[in-house]
Amino acid sequence: MHGPETKLATAVVPPPRWRVSPQIHGWLLLLPASVLLATFTHFPAVATIIDSFYSTPKGRRAAVLVGADNYQAMLADPVFWRAVSNNIVYAASVIPLTMALALAMALWVNGRIPGRPFLRLSFFTPTVLPMIAVANIWLFFYAPGYGLLDQMLGALGVPTPNWLGDQHTALICLIAVAVWKDAGFFMIFYLAALQQVSPQLAEAAAIEGASRWYFFRRVTFPLLMPTTLFVLINAIINSFRLIDHVVVMTQGGPDNATALLLFYIYEAGFKFWDTAYAATLTVVLLALLAFFALGQFVVLDRRIHYQ
Amino acid sequence: MSALQASGRGGAALETAGAWLLALVWILPLGYALWAAIHPSAYSAHFVLDAPLTVENFVRAWNAAPFARYFLNTFILVTMILAAQLVLCTLAAYAFARFSFAGRDLAFILVLLQLMIMPDVLIVENYRTMSALGIVDTIPAIGLPYMASAFGIFLLRQTFKSVPRELDEAARVEGAGPLAVLLKVYVPLAKPVYIAYGLVSVSYHWNNFLWPLIVTNSVNTRPLTVGLQIFASTDQGIDWSVITAATLMTSAPLLLAFLLFQRQFVQSFMRAGIR
Repeated sequence: MHGPETKLATAVVPPPRWRVSPQIHGWLLLLPASVLLATFTHFPAVATIIDSFYSTPKGRRAAVLVGADNYQAMLADPVFWRAVSNNIVYAASVIPLTMALALAMALWVNGRIPGRPFLRLSFFTPTVLPMIAVANIWLFFYAPGYGLLDQMLGALGVPTPNWLGDQHTALICLIAVAVWKDAGFFMIFYLAALQQVSPQLAEAAAIEGASRWYFFRRVTFPLLMPTTLFVLINAIINSFRLIDHVVVMTQGGPDNATALLLFYIYEAGFKFWDTAYAATLTVVLLALLAFFALGQFVVLDRRIHYQ
Repeated sequence: MSALQASGRGGAALETAGAWLLALVWILPLGYALWAAIHPSAYSAHFVLDAPLTVENFVRAWNAAPFARYFLNTFILVTMILAAQLVLCTLAAYAFARFSFAGRDLAFILVLLQLMIMPDVLIVENYRTMSALGIVDTIPAIGLPYMASAFGIFLLRQTFKSVPRELDEAARVEGAGPLAVLLKVYVPLAKPVYIAYGLVSVSYHWNNFLWPLIVTNSVNTRPLTVGLQIFASTDQGIDWSVITAATLMTSAPLLLAFLLFQRQFVQSFMRAGIR
């Protein structure tokens, strides 16, 4: 590697190897990652869109171009609409609840509250547990009759529904699990941001006689805005990406009451093996994510400017 | 003034109580799992202080399914993914941070695209690709879609960009080539970020479920999460004691690591989030 010619190169001019080819070096360094990214992200995204215009190949019958047939079938499919509306209700509940709790947790853990180490441990623990494992534990909480929830409410004499078996409560149960799982994860981002806030600000506000709530509303919360946007985008993505608890706890039931979009894609693709229809559903999900992607770019842009 | 202070103190006490209540609710599922796992089945939904202790649930769970193999599979999987991610992301991040080449900005946007369109949602097409490659039901097939991680590239690029140019130039003047500069200057300075990224990556892939569920169908490839699900849904009926024992067993390595290195975990996740 250390040829005599590099030793001769002067301190002012970089060695020839550096001058010749930042172009080639750049692309060579990028090559391995870009091959994998292209194969498993860009190609499948494009292939999804193409496949949505073809029929599902069956046996010896190859896929044929069917135009917008899959889309028409999708628009006429009540389960699709159910999955979309479920996912909207799910996202609209999970996202604000998770973010509000995450912020409250971060404020507590960052402050001078008694028992701080225990609080931090307790809030963050769900993040390191596999969703699949905790969903099994939550199954017991919701179990009819002898489950923890029924035992507690039964002791108070409150009548209880069959939590996961009832159309009206099943989705709420999954929302609770999702909030529980992610709040501590997002707490970390708020905590990181709070630690960047100068303590002198709080001191100054205290001298001025500002209440804690006023200080939070007028100083802390605005300062946390970039973090809030970052957490928001991630919370949105998670609400469309994570369906482990659906698979474990309800399988989309009862009567599709807990079918989320990705779960319906999974069912169409790997239970009914209707890959063309699964691709069509995926296009909807990709369109949604692309829409939020624009938001993400704005956020990232702002974050880069802070550096 | 004193009334105000008193109400402030009362409010603080109420807030502390609220925080503690929430923390107790948050730890409850894990607490319950521990309870059910170390007591005989008869006590799994029956909470009395004098319930006898037992390790039998763990023994039964361990013997009821090939968990040793699942552990090995998961271990191979997370190691393989992390090793590939570290190499690929380092090289790509270095390219983005310190080389100017045609199409760099466009390439970077294409990389960032993966932050939104994650492999988790491209399951149908990626399964088709794995079939075409003939590697369905292999451990590399579980890992491949995740190896070029946009998150890792982004994180390391930000880190590399913050390395002072003078260090870089000093090494070049001494005759180091591009790769030598990367290894001698950039990688050592980014060590905390590598640790942070490593922890996040390992916990993500230790816990990942849907894609491994789809792409594996045999004992020799299934990771713990998929093995646990098959075990809990089919083999056991509803013996909560054994299921919770299995659940704790599969989460134990990460959970123990987290309990032992709590500060590092939290700081790592923070570091990964700040950038």
